[in-house]
Amino acid sequence: MKLYRFIIEILQIAILLGVAPAFTGWVRMLKCWSQGRTSAGIFQPYRDLLKLFSKDVLLADNASWIFRFTPYLVFGTAVLAGAIIPMLSLELPIASTADVIVLVALFAIARFFTALAGMDIGTAFGGMGSSREMTIASLAEPAMLMAIFTVSLASKSTSLSQMVHVIYSGQTVLRPSIVFALLAFVLIALAETGRIPVDNPATHLELTMIHEAMILEYSGRHLALIEWAGMMKLFLFVMLGVAAFAPWGIAESGDIVAISAAFIFMVLKLVIVGIVLVMIETGLAKMRIFRLTEFLGSAFLLATLGMLSYFILE
Amino acid sequence: MDINVVAQLNSFLAAFVLLTAFGMLVQRRMYGLVHLFAWQGLFLSINTAIVGFVAGKHHLYISSLLTLSLKVFLLPYILHVLIQRLKVHKEVEVVENVPMTMLMGIALVIFSYYLMSPVTQLSTLVTRSTLAVALATVMIGLLMMITRKHAVTQIIGFLAMENGLFFAATSATYGMPLVVELGVALDILIAAFIFGIFFFHIHTTFDSLDVDQMARLKEED
Repeated sequence: MKLYRFIIEILQIAILLGVAPAFTGWVRMLKCWSQGRTSAGIFQPYRDLLKLFSKDVLLADNASWIFRFTPYLVFGTAVLAGAIIPMLSLELPIASTADVIVLVALFAIARFFTALAGMDIGTAFGGMGSSREMTIASLAEPAMLMAIFTVSLASKSTSLSQMVHVIYSGQTVLRPSIVFALLAFVLIALAETGRIPVDNPATHLELTMIHEAMILEYSGRHLALIEWAGMMKLFLFVMLGVAAFAPWGIAESGDIVAISAAFIFMVLKLVIVGIVLVMIETGLAKMRIFRLTEFLGSAFLLATLGMLSYFILE
Repeated sequence: MDINVVAQLNSFLAAFVLLTAFGMLVQRRMYGLVHLFAWQGLFLSINTAIVGFVAGKHHLYISSLLTLSLKVFLLPYILHVLIQRLKVHKEVEVVENVPMTMLMGIALVIFSYYLMSPVTQLSTLVTRSTLAVALATVMIGLLMMITRKHAVTQIIGFLAMENGLFFAATSATYGMPLVVELGVALDILIAAFIFGIFFFHIHTTFDSLDVDQMARLKEED
């Protein structure tokens, strides 16, 4: 039985909204176990979101429209990004109109408005967080594009669905450029999603925080939307990595059996990625912020080496 | 083994050799440097064995074994002992402007690719594409000797250059004659002992292995 393309699209967005908090819960649970703590369970993020949605919004007197508008925009771009990345099937109607560059731009828009909103109220923490976030972004984005371009060089297309098609056709086995791009992508994903060597996702009211500093003034449903979007961003980066480097399992057509299989594969990959992420996070200490240029510089170096080795070695 | 698979393995190992060269360029810790050097030697040795297999040249097996014993075990061991004896194992070298050094390294890779592309087009060997990587490894070793101030680091840069030359020989002509390679290996071994002695002399004279101190080398008036 074949599903309509739009149904697949809607299904995918529903999975994004539903599974993203569970993935965050899974990562937190593993982290608790690895540190010898009792975890709050895999469903704790849902309870947090529910609690935040039922609370009132507390707005500062001088909050402008940017501050009120940003949570919806951040949430909206995350959902749109989820409609572009192939998670279950390659037959996505929106994916044919938007490629990886659009995806990076979507993340950039969300980041730009979050930084603006961080400065909007005029607290010291917000401005500091925005400044740090933009510093990281200016270093991470070129490296991210470079890493993705390396993969798209091999498939001669920047469309994610097309990249997966080429990987399926088996022309890209054992390529050093892909390995370099993967390494670079892991470093960038850690920076972009605010994981440990760059930013600590569990920290509040600490001088080293980056993302939390920007959203410190949010409350109620605004905070819930931003937190949810943050979970989706982590989920989306995992999905982007899976689609670009290990897409096996994603259905090529709209066949309902293939899509169910793709869902199981997706969950399996999420479980594995969660374990790897926690291993990285418990093995590393948070970096000084002035060392970040080196961290992201090496991501850029790896991505560039990947691109060069495509030309030199392949 | 399929010739395509061999070529891919070869280029993979070449990529790793290049990666370790970049790693050494920015590594601050002494032991980390020695370990990276040992890894580079291991990749070289595996690569030499693979090239020997695909080209049917059996003397490459011997030079692969030689690389393995010398560059993966003996030289790192000697450096390890030296670092321990000189008590510099806790020293963290100041590397100025790491991103800039990395960019220079990338520029060197592009330069060697440009320089080697006509040679690559003339060559018919399976390993021809790794020639640019070999030259880049030599250049990065040189860059490391220029940018670093510590005597031990400079020697490791020198050894990395030698690694690059060895790699170039394997990928350009399927290796040098065995006599030459034995001679080079012996030279490297003797160089290791000589620079060991030099380290001790520098250390006793200046109380440090920072070669910048040698700028003060003047006759007393």
